[in-house]
Amino acid sequence: MLEIGLGHYLTVAAILFTLGIFGIFLNRKNVIIILMSIELMLLAVNINFVAFSTHLQDLVGQIFAMFVLTVAAAEAAIGLAILVVYFRNRGSIEVEDINMMKG
Amino acid sequence: MILQGLAFYLFASITVAAGVMVVTSRNPVHSVLFLILAFFNAAGLFVLMGAEFLAMILVVVYVGAVAVLFLFVVMMLDINFVQMREGFLQYLPLGAMIGLILLVELVLIGGAWVVSPEAGGLAAVPAVPAGELHNTRAIGNVLYTDYVYLFQAAGLILLVAMIGAIVLTLRQRAGVRRQSIAEQTARTRAEAVEVKEVSTGSGV
Repeated sequence: MLEIGLGHYLTVAAILFTLGIFGIFLNRKNVIIILMSIELMLLAVNINFVAFSTHLQDLVGQIFAMFVLTVAAAEAAIGLAILVVYFRNRGSIEVEDINMMKG
Repeated sequence: MILQGLAFYLFASITVAAGVMVVTSRNPVHSVLFLILAFFNAAGLFVLMGAEFLAMILVVVYVGAVAVLFLFVVMMLDINFVQMREGFLQYLPLGAMIGLILLVELVLIGGAWVVSPEAGGLAAVPAVPAGELHNTRAIGNVLYTDYVYLFQAAGLILLVAMIGAIVLTLRQRAGVRRQSIAEQTARTRAEAVEVKEVSTGSGV
């Protein structure tokens, strides 16, 4: 029970990933929480990468996790910038209001 | 070994609990704070796995930059979050069902799957034993040699993200009076000072 192996870390990552998806469905109106859920899912992916990196004694997993982190940071910055511009133009960030391109 | 196991269960349970609070909490500010808690505990998990450098990067990048950025945006935008939670219960069954299905699938995959015995020999960059070289130096040895092009590409991605965020949010507002240093220093005496002849006793 107290012997921690690969499976334990994969379970935590699976639960976190599921929580991220659950959060997207639960907060269908709030873009900010959806972005946070995406961050949670990326964190779960990183835990998977590092767990396999440790288990297989291969450093490439950790390097890839670092690139995932980079892309996640860039994604959060751009996403929040778009959100701020959108809020300035429309005064709302509800997902249902984002339909300006609808024909 | 026991200590390691207890630490794992502590970090893992707090991470998962914080994740639950992120998606269910009423106030987005609380969500961001729980996200920070989740990141801290995930960093603890990384340390347990022996990835100290990534753990520190996680704290610095996620907690120091991304989460604070979220906090800024949540506090800057004036949004009625109560109204935004309408339909929360309506989406709950669907979300719970899809989440549950996904979790069951992941558990089924994880239960039926074993690591091939030969997989250990296929490591592209075999990790060195912890005693010889610490984690940060081992990553540096690989990152700046074999993966230097990817590293540069990551830098480019960050640069594009930075420029994009600035270009998107920068705006020139009309009617704002700013200091123009060039204009100030280019003034001459002729346009700044006016000498008046004042006759005695009559005032200006």
